[in-house]
Amino acid sequence: MPAQGPAVAQAPTDDKASQPLLEVDDIHLRFGGLNALSGVSFNVQKGDIQAIIGPNGAGKTCILNCICRFYHPHRGRIVFNGQDISKVPTHKVAELGIARSFQNIELFRGMTVLGNIKLGHHVHMSAGFLSGGFYFGKARREEMRVRKEIEERIIDLLEIEAIRKQVVGTLPYGLQKRVELARALAMEPNILLLDEPMAGMNLEETEDMARFILDINDEWGVTVVLIEHDMGVVMDISDNVVVLDFGTKIAQGTPAEVSKNPHVIEAYLGSDDAAHSKLGL
Amino acid sequence: MPCGLFYERYEKDESIFPTVWLRFWMIALGVFLLTFPFFAQPLSDALGINLLNLFNLFFIYIVGAHGLNLLTGYTGQISLGHGAFMGVGAYTAGILANLGWPFWLALPFAGLMTAAVGMIFGIPSLRLKGLYLAIATMAAQFILDYAMRNWEALTGGSSGLAVPAASIGGFEFDDDFKFYFLGLAFAAGATMYLKNITRTRPGRAFVAVRDRYLSAEVIGVNLFKYRIMSFGISSFMVGIAGGLWAYYITIISDEHFTIWLSVQYLAMIIVGGMGSVLGSIYGVIFMVTLPEVLLIPAETLTEIWPDIFGIFASLREMIFGIIVIAFLIFEPDGLAARWHTIRAYWKLWPFSY
Repeated sequence: MPAQGPAVAQAPTDDKASQPLLEVDDIHLRFGGLNALSGVSFNVQKGDIQAIIGPNGAGKTCILNCICRFYHPHRGRIVFNGQDISKVPTHKVAELGIARSFQNIELFRGMTVLGNIKLGHHVHMSAGFLSGGFYFGKARREEMRVRKEIEERIIDLLEIEAIRKQVVGTLPYGLQKRVELARALAMEPNILLLDEPMAGMNLEETEDMARFILDINDEWGVTVVLIEHDMGVVMDISDNVVVLDFGTKIAQGTPAEVSKNPHVIEAYLGSDDAAHSKLGL
Repeated sequence: MPCGLFYERYEKDESIFPTVWLRFWMIALGVFLLTFPFFAQPLSDALGINLLNLFNLFFIYIVGAHGLNLLTGYTGQISLGHGAFMGVGAYTAGILANLGWPFWLALPFAGLMTAAVGMIFGIPSLRLKGLYLAIATMAAQFILDYAMRNWEALTGGSSGLAVPAASIGGFEFDDDFKFYFLGLAFAAGATMYLKNITRTRPGRAFVAVRDRYLSAEVIGVNLFKYRIMSFGISSFMVGIAGGLWAYYITIISDEHFTIWLSVQYLAMIIVGGMGSVLGSIYGVIFMVTLPEVLLIPAETLTEIWPDIFGIFASLREMIFGIIVIAFLIFEPDGLAARWHTIRAYWKLWPFSY
């Protein structure tokens, strides 16, 4: 599916340095007297896996919610693909090619796995209230085309063939996380925002998920923004890491740079020795 | 004996009736429904129920119940105004018919009129959910009810409005037998529409709005559009049902379209199964048949004990209520879910483990 989108089809390497895919520029977000984000800026380069880490309450999810236009920042702007999205309505964000998964699974529990994934394809389909209702010609062909694409690209990639007809609410947690990733992929995104995709998973599931993220990044050329607490995963798969603490950015760089940064070690992980062992260094 | 279903094409997997047997039974059902009126008379005499009248009521209510099921079952927006919306459809069709509009023009217009009214009263759904929306739509019920009763110049008030029988190209659907085929066509059409829309893009979006409206928005579903359109389509269908009702009963008065009808509609989809196409059909059959069936013992006992009718009339309401409550407790997912359980059991019979 990304082959159809021009932005995705380009090799992720060629214009990395020229223009960032996503610019978060001086975002301020307040809830009453609480400063959730105060002046956070960073750029996400096309084709990267960008991790956002930080202690609980640092404002990681707030950033994603700002990008998805759930929250409206008081100051600052977010530029995606050269377009300022600060005024775009929430449901239009999907059409720009921004997809996300949620920390607490937000699937449509009453539907089957296939139904959920097809819903992810919503903005790329056109059947309306009449043509859908009568299921003739175009609407029917579209259904079949989408089904084929989903089966051959997403279900196959994420290895969820066996559960595709099951109702999502009945699935175990790890699989639900995977279905949520599948739904996000069906949106044919340019950028994929993953909010703790490995939370609550065992080692094997975590490794599977890490493999899927790398596959998606490599084969589809999708840029990934990843919030994750599992430091092993973050250090292994990400190209670049942003560290937040109390709503401000305290460091940014490659995993190796960030893990040596004294601010990060102090603010995020506490004292020196324990920090290093936690980072697996 | 088949040990499983192995499809080789996605078309097959996506079809509604994938197996030969299912298709056979559907054709059998179609043949039965088409030939039923020809042998209904002796059956009606034997049972003491006017079966054709009963079936015509089924058809009319199925169209309306499908509409409410789309709104409440699929989109998750409760409405206590559908009784009045049906009235809007009935009065629109009736008034237009009296103005000389032909049936094929008056009925769709009744649907569109009701859709417009429904969409206006559906606007609170953008902010309200659950019980709060129920109260807001109940306001619609009372406002429209009041208008129907008191706007006498338009509706004829409590004395009612006479409507000519439906006619297409000079053919008049003026008795139970003829109307049966008209009703059947509309019920089948509405069923097909609901089934198809729920398995394509708009229907999935409705369910998304119901289940998780936040992630629906993230995947690009326009909440405003789908919430309002759900009210629109739902009201359109119930307006068509109202129009059919007007043409069938041929005299309409405001007494029929009270809150009681709204509650009955809700009971139909709850008993039948919310969010299930078959559910609204089962629900209608159950809710329309039950009062008739409960009438039979009352009538037979009257011969022995003349006073029983009066007692039984009130008892009937109670039995009716008890049955509905029993349903809510023992089968909250409705008759459609029960049907699925039974079918799943027989699929594996006798090796159920």
